[in-house]
Amino acid sequence: MQEIQTYNVNEKGYYGQFGGAFIPEMLFPNVEELRTNYLNIMSEPSFQEEFQALLKDYVGRPTPLYLASRLSEKYKTNIYLKREDLCHTGAHKVNNTIGQILVAKRLGKHRIVAETGAGQHGVATATVCALMGLECIVYMGEIDIARQAPNVARMKMLGATVVPAKSGSKTLKDATNEAMRHWINNPVDTHYIIGSVVGPHPYPDMVARFQSVISKEIKSQLMEKTGKSNPDYVIACVGGGSNAAGAFYHFLDDLETRLVAAEAAGHGIDSGHSAATTFLGKPGVLHGSKSISMQTEDGQVIEPYSISAGLDYPGIGPMHAHLFDTKRAIFYGITDNEAIEAAMELCKLEGIIPALESAHALAVLSKLNAGENETVVVNLSGRGDKDLATYQKFVV
Amino acid sequence: MNRITQLFQNKKQDILNVYFTAGFPDLNDTVKILTALDEGGADLIEIGMPYSDPVADGETIQLSNQKALDNGMSVKLLFEQLKDIRKTVNVPILLMGYINPVLQYGIEAFCKKCQEVGVDGLILPDLPVDVYEEEYKSIFEQYNLLNTFLITPQTSDVRINHIDNISNGFIYMVSSASTTGAKTGISEEQEAYFAKVNAMNLKNPRLIGFGISNHESFKKASSNAQGAIIGSAFIKVLNESTNLEKDIKSFVHSIKYA
Repeated sequence: MQEIQTYNVNEKGYYGQFGGAFIPEMLFPNVEELRTNYLNIMSEPSFQEEFQALLKDYVGRPTPLYLASRLSEKYKTNIYLKREDLCHTGAHKVNNTIGQILVAKRLGKHRIVAETGAGQHGVATATVCALMGLECIVYMGEIDIARQAPNVARMKMLGATVVPAKSGSKTLKDATNEAMRHWINNPVDTHYIIGSVVGPHPYPDMVARFQSVISKEIKSQLMEKTGKSNPDYVIACVGGGSNAAGAFYHFLDDLETRLVAAEAAGHGIDSGHSAATTFLGKPGVLHGSKSISMQTEDGQVIEPYSISAGLDYPGIGPMHAHLFDTKRAIFYGITDNEAIEAAMELCKLEGIIPALESAHALAVLSKLNAGENETVVVNLSGRGDKDLATYQKFVV
Repeated sequence: MNRITQLFQNKKQDILNVYFTAGFPDLNDTVKILTALDEGGADLIEIGMPYSDPVADGETIQLSNQKALDNGMSVKLLFEQLKDIRKTVNVPILLMGYINPVLQYGIEAFCKKCQEVGVDGLILPDLPVDVYEEEYKSIFEQYNLLNTFLITPQTSDVRINHIDNISNGFIYMVSSASTTGAKTGISEEQEAYFAKVNAMNLKNPRLIGFGISNHESFKKASSNAQGAIIGSAFIKVLNESTNLEKDIKSFVHSIKYA
């Protein structure tokens, strides 16, 4: 019998050799409860009704698929921007937090814990907790708290308790550790909303499913605009990889669409200040799943660097590790400067200020050499208001 | 016979397992601490392999991990430090650590090295039960290493029975839903959980860990299982010690005899 290649998760929670649930026993009952329930909950008509209604009326979906004419002219191809930056809270993150809080409510949880790097996921989590009246605790690296003050203020306004993660390097990976520890210490009444397609199974699959609305909309919007549902390229940035997972999801098995991932190369891939995981990492276990992560020879996690706090993560989700391993997706390393340049270009040509993360995806355009009859979709995962302090340094 | 198996055959009560982090407080303290614990009367010693992201551990053990890594500790160096340990120390030794450094060393090479230096068992809290059964069990057995699984108050009876079936040393009974060192003492609720597990007629003995910090909690734990595991409380002693050998011996004495 011919083996069918699949890029999606199997029933044991693996994407090829990557995935699984590498967690201490203290987390097992929680993760197992989620694993045995998430698909049933998500397929309940009442869940879907509530989820879809919130995506439409609260988040503002569908987000537009916008033909960026001047950008297209510049790169001599046809570029569409998927406007996730127009979602409520300013990024795609809310698609997932809405989904997960509805799951948490159905599991009878009263408290939500989350990790955040730049604060986008923290804000999206605090937002849905306010909406649903649940207690919200967000762990954020002490260093990130200092450099993302506006998002800290937003979370607090929304009623969340922001707890500084003081361990390790005091950034996103440590905030994730602290959120996991919080869950270990509060196993019964708490749900952990992971913000990316990382963590133990079923998180990568659950988050990808909640974000998959992005590619679902791209397909139908592109069909409407061009008569073809599949573009030649879909480009998205990858930190942990949730917006990329959502933008790729419904194209995974449509091989005529090339999937393109932009990683943060910081000061340069080999500069020692980079977060380009597929270039610098190797297979290993981080935060509960087997994937590719940046680590020393001894298996200690290496602290990454990127100008973009949302891409400043030493791993990628197991789905992306598999897409990399099978060459289903092409990975680019984009430096800080390339990202800044791409952001400035989008501002000037299209009047859109992108998030620093999304700017990494835009920077791929100058390397892609897409043909003039080809169609390129760039997932514009978030808006750039949160990054003004960084951008200001580059505005002459 | 494996030294852990032997220990549990010979001793049925008040077994004291002490945890410390390799490479802490100083890089080359590993053998000194092991020897003092052995001479002081610890029945079982658990050496922690430091990891950058120890999610199951509370602040005390996290800091010891970080310090050890800053000191330059690694799995490779630990095996170096332990290479002559069996010439002087006969107490059973477990290595405890997170799975990633072991994976990077190579599972088979790691197990082989464990046997060479005389390690008797492993505790790898984030090694999933099913992955152990499918991929690692036969390798561990080939090198005579006993694998220890954790159970918690939230672990279902079905799963406890399954873990009992695939274990052949002892079961690590986590006393409460927590990270290490987060809570101290033992409540009535916890005693009810111990009693439930005791009534299950498991084939493996149990040691109770998390929240054991002094003679009182050690005795209480020991009356509910075959013994107990002390980690964070001992790390605190190491951290403040000015005379390791003396302080370690008096710590072990204080736990066993008050």
